[in-house]
This record gives sequence, structure tokens and C-alpha cells, in this order.
Amino acid sequence: MNTLVKNILRFALLILVQVYVLDKIHLHQMVTPYLYFLFILWMPFRMKRSWQMLVAFALGFTLDSFRHHPGFHTAACVLIAYIRPFLVNLLIPQEGADTNYEEPSFKSMGGFLPYFIFIGVLTLIHHGWLFLLEAWQFGNVWYFILKTLLSTAVSLLLILITELLFSRKQSFRTNTA
Amino acid sequence: MRNIFLFIRRYFNLLLFLCLQGFSIYLIVHYSRYHNAIFSGVSNQVTGKINQQFNRVEYYFQLKRTNDSLVKANATLYNKLKADFELPDSTTHTFIDSLKIDSVEGYRKYNYYPAKVVYNSVAAQNNFLVLSRGTAQHVKIGMGVIDPNSGVVGVITDVSKDYSVVMSLLHKDSRISGKLLKGGETGTLNWDGKTPNIISLTGIPKGAKVAKGDTIISSGFSTSIPIGMLIGRVEEAVPDKGSSNFLIKFRSAANFYNLEYVYIIENKQAESIKAILDNIKKKDQ
Repeated sequence: MNTLVKNILRFALLILVQVYVLDKIHLHQMVTPYLYFLFILWMPFRMKRSWQMLVAFALGFTLDSFRHHPGFHTAACVLIAYIRPFLVNLLIPQEGADTNYEEPSFKSMGGFLPYFIFIGVLTLIHHGWLFLLEAWQFGNVWYFILKTLLSTAVSLLLILITELLFSRKQSFRTNTA
Repeated sequence: MRNIFLFIRRYFNLLLFLCLQGFSIYLIVHYSRYHNAIFSGVSNQVTGKINQQFNRVEYYFQLKRTNDSLVKANATLYNKLKADFELPDSTTHTFIDSLKIDSVEGYRKYNYYPAKVVYNSVAAQNNFLVLSRGTAQHVKIGMGVIDPNSGVVGVITDVSKDYSVVMSLLHKDSRISGKLLKGGETGTLNWDGKTPNIISLTGIPKGAKVAKGDTIISSGFSTSIPIGMLIGRVEEAVPDKGSSNFLIKFRSAANFYNLEYVYIIENKQAESIKAILDNIKKKDQ
């Protein structure tokens, strides 16, 4: 499938799952499961950095429109989209893996650990920034820290389940192709 | 000049990041300014449409609960029927009927419109509902919303043509005043953003008598919600050491988890009250 079409479908699907499935689950007040930002984690390597940020802005803004209080998710999405390329450069195993593969996955990042660090750090940053922005109006440090950690754990679990359920076939691309 | 362009090119990504981040935070802070914009109407209409499609499926699974609450509401209404009361014996006394039947409609103060909930959130820090009724069906900003058993739900904050958004009691900006049914002291409702259905009531002086299980009703001080609507029952009341007030936590009368139908309350006198208030404001300036 074309990369553009695939990403548009992914965008719509993740937003719908977030709004109509995950937001309806009331596990506990400390745990808010998030999955929609997986779209940002899965964005192609080759995409320009400024475009990554603009698309992340659109993603966050769409979710915020459903929540009727704009800004929170938009800010968190833009932040992880900005940090993502730095992490990719740091974690990519050998020279040129980001040109040989299309998007981040277990295979393209060279194993479970680098990829897990990649999603773990970005999830933590996303949740931390999001809850910090929300907590400015409530202000309770321990509540904030605990909520961030617990929500990150649940979101990571969701991401791993998604990875296992929908295996993305990533073929090795060479320059000649 | 050339250096400036070089600088922008070199740090373009950082600058773009700061711009977008700044814009998001601007949106958070200036929420009310945004929600008056025309754009909000468009996005409400679009998200409302999608919400309604999903609600069609979800509604089916909640039929039983909806039915139960409607039966309960019906029972209350039956108990208010004229047939339940005996007329006074008028053979020995003369009663003058002072009610002019025809003009009752002219004195009507509140009007209730039913509305279906198409989206409802409880888990976020700022919760809201979306109703499938909008300006085309007489909904205006500032109208109050109650559930079928007259438990207060919130106030309309945003309307588009066919949909309206309700800021529920579980919203940090929600400031509805409530009063203790027993003593009549009034305070303000506040939600701490943690447990749904548990809200706090502030501003009740320590002199008041509060016990667990006491009823809190709406004060009727605002034009949106009439006096005497149920708000909740006190769960715990502790005297605050730092001030002269009680710290009261109460369970809301409306169960925010399973709202299906609500009533929007139109106050026919809202505009004339607002006109007077505006007049006073003008005089003060």
C-alpha cells in the first residue's frame, strides 16, 4: 500500500479507537490509557522534521476537537514529534538503517531493547508533558508523578499488544531499488 | 540581514517547534476566546456528527438503564397529577379561584427541552457532554442541564446548529452554586479532577450544621438552573483548620457514568435579568 494512504488510514483509525474505545474505559482515575500517539512513533524515517511536527500538531488538534478543550494533546504531540528524530539518531544501530527501512519497528531499530527504549521514552515524555499541563491547574506533585508512571505503563502495554496483533512487514530496501 | 536568514534556516526546526508549542499553550490558556470563534462551531458540528453515529450503536446496549431512569421519572410525575389530590370541600366555605387558566402560559418561567446525550466523558480532568440539540432547536449558551431525575448535570457552554456542548459538574471551571437543604447555607461546587461523581462544596461556614447524608440542592441564584434541583448528598464534612469553612465532599445526584437523556432548561426571564445586570454595570463605570 502507498505510504501516504496507509498513514491517512492509520491517523483516522487511531483517533477513532482513542475517542470511542479507550476514552470510554474507566480503569481508575490514575490511569488514562493512550494509544493515538502511536501514529507519531510510526511515522516514516524519511519524513522531513518540520512536516513531522506539523502532522503531529494536526493529530493532537483533532483529538482535542473531540475533547472540546484545545491545546493539551496538541502540545504533547508536537513535543514528541520534535524529540523523535534525536532519539532515532541515538538508538539506530548501524549507519544507514533509517534509509534502509521505512519506519521504526523491532526489526528496523535492531532488536527489542532499542525499540522499547524508543517507545518508552516518547510515551513517558508525552504523558508527562500532557499531565503537567493539566496539573498546573490542580497542583499535586505525587499525584502527577504516579499518574504519569501508571498511565505510561498501561499505554506501553497497549502499544506492545498492538505491535503483536498488527505485525508490520518491513522489507529491507536497498539504494538500487 | 543575511545573518538573520542564515539563523532562521539553521534553527528552522527549533523555531517551528517553539511556534507550535506556544500556539498550543495559547489555546489552553485562552480557551474561552477560542470557543467563541466561528471555527469552534464548525468543529462542533463535525465531531457531533461522528459522535452521533457511534452513539447509535452504543445506545442499544444502554436501553435497560435508560428505561429504568425514565420509569422513575414517570413515577415522580404521576405523583404530581391533579387526580392524586382531593379538591377542598366547598359546601361550607367559598373559595375564589385566583388562577387565570388562560394566562398561565404567559407566566411560564422555565421550559424543559429533552435532549439525547451523544458523547459523554468522565475520566478526563475536564469533562463535558455533547447533546444532539442546537441553536436550531432553541438551545442557547448558559442554559442549565439536568438528568431525568432532576439531578444537576451542568451548563451549556457551546452551541452549533444541531449540537451543544455541556460543561458538566466534573469540570475544573464549573462554578455552580449549591445550598444545603436543611440550613439554607450556600456555597460553590468545585471538582478536584480526581474521582468522578465525588464533588466538593466550598464556602459553607463552620457554624452550619452538616451531617453525612444531607441533601444539597441548587440555589437558583444563577439564571441557568432553577432552585431546588438535586445536586447531591454529603459523603463527608470536615471542619477546615486553615479557614472558617467546612470541607464538604458529596456524591452527585446525577450519575455521570450512564447519562442517556437529559433535559435542557430554558429560563424565559434570563434576558430581562441580564439586561438589568448590564444596566448596573454601566452605571458603575
